[in-house]
Amino acid sequence: MAIRSGGSAQPMLLPAHEARRLLASKNISSVELTRLALERIEKLEPKIHAFLTVTPELALEQAEEADKRLNGNGPHPCALTGIPVMVKDNMSTAGVATTAGSRILEGYVPPYDATVVELLRSAGAIIVGKGNLDEFAMGSSNENSAFAPVRNPWDTSRVPGGSSGGAAAAVAAGECFIALGSDTGGSIRQPAALCGVVGMKPTYGLVSRYGLIAFASSLDQIGPLGRDVLDCAHTLNVIARRDPRDSTSVQGPEDDYTKGIDAGVRGMRLAVPREYLAEGIEPGVRSAFEKAVGKLESLGSRIEEISLPLTGHALAVYYIIAPSEASANLARYDGFKYGLSTADAANSWEVMDQTRGRGFGPEVKRRILLGAYALSAGYYDAYYKKAQQVRTLIRREFQQAFERCDALITPTSPTVAFKLGSRTDDPMSMYLSDVCTIPANIAGLPGVSVPAGFSGHLPVGLQILGPPFGDAAILRTAYAYEQATEWRLMHPKSDLIQ
Amino acid sequence: MQPLSAEDVRHIALLTRLELSDSEVEEMRAQLTNILEHFQSLAEVHTTGVEPTGHSTNAHTVTRVDRPSDSLLREQVTSNAPNHDGEFLRVKPILE
Repeated sequence: MAIRSGGSAQPMLLPAHEARRLLASKNISSVELTRLALERIEKLEPKIHAFLTVTPELALEQAEEADKRLNGNGPHPCALTGIPVMVKDNMSTAGVATTAGSRILEGYVPPYDATVVELLRSAGAIIVGKGNLDEFAMGSSNENSAFAPVRNPWDTSRVPGGSSGGAAAAVAAGECFIALGSDTGGSIRQPAALCGVVGMKPTYGLVSRYGLIAFASSLDQIGPLGRDVLDCAHTLNVIARRDPRDSTSVQGPEDDYTKGIDAGVRGMRLAVPREYLAEGIEPGVRSAFEKAVGKLESLGSRIEEISLPLTGHALAVYYIIAPSEASANLARYDGFKYGLSTADAANSWEVMDQTRGRGFGPEVKRRILLGAYALSAGYYDAYYKKAQQVRTLIRREFQQAFERCDALITPTSPTVAFKLGSRTDDPMSMYLSDVCTIPANIAGLPGVSVPAGFSGHLPVGLQILGPPFGDAAILRTAYAYEQATEWRLMHPKSDLIQ
Repeated sequence: MQPLSAEDVRHIALLTRLELSDSEVEEMRAQLTNILEHFQSLAEVHTTGVEPTGHSTNAHTVTRVDRPSDSLLREQVTSNAPNHDGEFLRVKPILE
């Protein structure tokens, strides 16, 4: 199933920083690289469905500009200049359709760019298209996309994870080098793990969400997916900055997340919270994880087992808070301002009822109803307020853990990629897919998933969590592990993608 | 916990302006009841006197200088409306 990339391999399977070196040495131009990406997209998309929109003309225009810049005309080039990237389709792109994977936004063309898109453009990155996702980023398998489910490039009978499944699958399949995803409960890290790529959720507030279609505002965070850790660090350098248009954004402590990334883990204190290895962990995932822990220990870190007793309550906290916030955020889809609208209604109330009833898919409806119920009179204290109080305790539990250790290591997902359709009948079993990733969103922590081997033919992810603004330290840990293993060189074989 | 009734579901659907078919009401009723049952475990956590957390950052009210700046043009904003007429959005009657 897997091939190793070597010197003469398809350039689209290189990490972005190596492709960038080819651009710098004039072995290839950005226009040529972009054409390679577009050819590969055309060839693989019928099997993968990672993109909702491909923008070849815009991409080639940007690539021409990037080539000028790489030739010394224009602003100084940076690490992403000339590199084909994808943006998840819940981030606004001026003049390019943005659907959030929902029928209710079909035909919507934003008049402005999200801040992260603006930053990618000014870095000279080439946006080749918009990534498929679970509707409004609600899901763990991409089967909630209103348009088509994304397929996992390692095995197209299986899901890529979600909700940034398009982003993870496109990076894994070599349709682009880097993708921006969003992570509300694991939506970057879990698909990264299931598709064998690196995915990072930065600390809450480090990256502006202006122009991100809101799902759960106290949890949503934008971050990079890439073929290796260095690519994610370079991307974070471009997108991490305070933005006056997102009042929750903050200026982070680092200017350059690649600096010191190769300093190693010698003397670092890493902790394994035993609750993350409790019931539901597949034997193949457990065994890959245990080997990864051994590897980190052999690299000189000190490993200790700890207990985070509230872990088991995180799922309930999340599935109260996220739907509650979603029920408020999604009230704006009324059939009047943008997107879908039903024409056969007699009055404005019917327009709203029908537009929302027909425009939202089942999972989105379920979460709106769940959130509105948790917020309603008589239930607010028992559900919403209680969840927010337990959120305080979960944050405290992490704070105490980080007094004793520098980072936590866990599996990213309790299972490898599952078969399409295997969890769609039971929402609760789908929600359990996020059990290892959700706590970081509740506490606002940074987390990264890095490939840690295989269970059978399917990739397994190692998750590294740090304290707020410990983004550089978790990247350093992930980098040390990645460089000591060869998982980053494994790719799904494109002629086997079917 | 009491299972949700069809009336409960219809009531929240009205509050959230979601048209649901009878079969959707029944499906949501069963699924939401099941999900809410899983949440009951939170009652075991002792939270007396614990402050709720809304946001995970410590940022409080954020202010800025009140200075006018460029904004989107009206046509840009209304161009996405399903039914617009010059500078207005056209809607069906609200009061009858």
